[in-house]
Amino acid sequence: MDESIADENFILARKRDALQLRASLIQNIRLFFINNNFLEIETPVRIPAPAPEEHIEALPSGDWFLQTSPELCLKRLLAAGYPQIFQISKCFRAGERGKLHLPEFTMLEWYVTGFDYQQLMNQCEEMIISVANDLGFAHGLVCQARQINLASPWERVTVQEAFEKYAPATLAEALSKDNFDEILVEHIEPNLGIAQPTFLYDYPAQLGALARLKQSDKSTAERFELYIGGLELANGFSELTDAQEQRQRFVRAQKLRAQKGYAAYPLPEKFLSALENLPASAGIALGIDRLAMLFTGAASIDDVVPFPPETL
Amino acid sequence: MYTASELKKGLRIKIDNDPYILTEFNFVKPGKGQALYRCKLKNMLNGNQFERTFRSVDTFETADLREKKMQYLYKEEGKYCFMDNETYEQIYLTEEQMDDAKNFLMDNIEAEILLFEDKAIGISLPNFVDLIVTEAEPWAKGDTVSGATKPVKVQTGYTIQVPTFVNEGEKIRVDTRTGEYMTRVKG
Repeated sequence: MDESIADENFILARKRDALQLRASLIQNIRLFFINNNFLEIETPVRIPAPAPEEHIEALPSGDWFLQTSPELCLKRLLAAGYPQIFQISKCFRAGERGKLHLPEFTMLEWYVTGFDYQQLMNQCEEMIISVANDLGFAHGLVCQARQINLASPWERVTVQEAFEKYAPATLAEALSKDNFDEILVEHIEPNLGIAQPTFLYDYPAQLGALARLKQSDKSTAERFELYIGGLELANGFSELTDAQEQRQRFVRAQKLRAQKGYAAYPLPEKFLSALENLPASAGIALGIDRLAMLFTGAASIDDVVPFPPETL
Repeated sequence: MYTASELKKGLRIKIDNDPYILTEFNFVKPGKGQALYRCKLKNMLNGNQFERTFRSVDTFETADLREKKMQYLYKEEGKYCFMDNETYEQIYLTEEQMDDAKNFLMDNIEAEILLFEDKAIGISLPNFVDLIVTEAEPWAKGDTVSGATKPVKVQTGYTIQVPTFVNEGEKIRVDTRTGEYMTRVKG
């Protein structure tokens, strides 16, 4: 046998168990949503106007772009009266490559009319526990030789509390010194979801571009992230339904992007118009590759996909 | 000059007049947050290590390092002696300065000796070296796709994990930066 083919077969053979578990994982997720009366949707992967966000770069595709998330199209469906929808699709983000990042990755998104972010956290918990049971992980997951107990209820910590508990600075200090992201990755994330999964919630308003602000505290967005074993898995929030406010936020993000020399996207006008009719709802995006990493005990995202870009 | 996104494991940069090597490099990006580069750096002079997180906008000076081809002569009292075959100048490296290179050091091999301000501080082997497998369990025929590995010993005495189809007497290519098996080589 040719040496390079022998080596490629060797690497692919080592992934067999992980790829099998990944396939079962996706099948069980799909079943969970179908059984709970969700409609599966396929929105276009090529879109003319991605949501302008300060730190997310879309890949150009002709005059259009590859979706960074199916969020805008899915919310147009919500606004048109589809109450419970989900999608499992490829998303693309330029320049994202590391042990936990692929520039092309698989995302699960789902939206529920009438829910807020707290109810969505409950449902996210329910979905992962149900899938874990189906896959034979009822007793929990093993991550870096430590047992993670999946039994409900999961830990819920506000961003403010997490700073008090784990960080060398308060949340206010981190925001004023512009080192929120650094403190999050160095001091907070490694402590999240260790004994059991953790929802980190109530983010500073400026860190939830499409999220509703709290009624009782306009400096806080109703946004959460799920962490299991220190790994960030999902981002969800109560949807902002104020079209005018959303337009202002997009314009602000466009300005920040322009200052940094990033590509300009047209404003997603059809989405903004649809937002006028968006009912109170909540939505969440979950990284399927990372969830597969957790179930297979993989140390790198490369271990749960057959062909990382460098092998093509 | 490098920007943070150009950093990678093994790259050498200058910080506060000392040369540093990146021993670990991880791209991280918290949800909706900015791209960050978590690095472990090792001072190439004193071996001190520290961790630091950089942003895409951070830039780094290139370390002014020079490499000189020298031949490995012998090892004595924990020091490795190399000679410049043109000037007959000899230099010594400590066990620590040799680092993982000692696993791949063959007799009389020519290696790049690393000089920082004309002082020998380390060694840099080619990224890939071809080594003969000197000890290996025989291969159970037909087992080409199991993905299993086995340990074998190579000519330098180093033990390495390889696919089960690799046999004693065969030559294998090893990545000296990771110490990992790459592929078999003919001849």
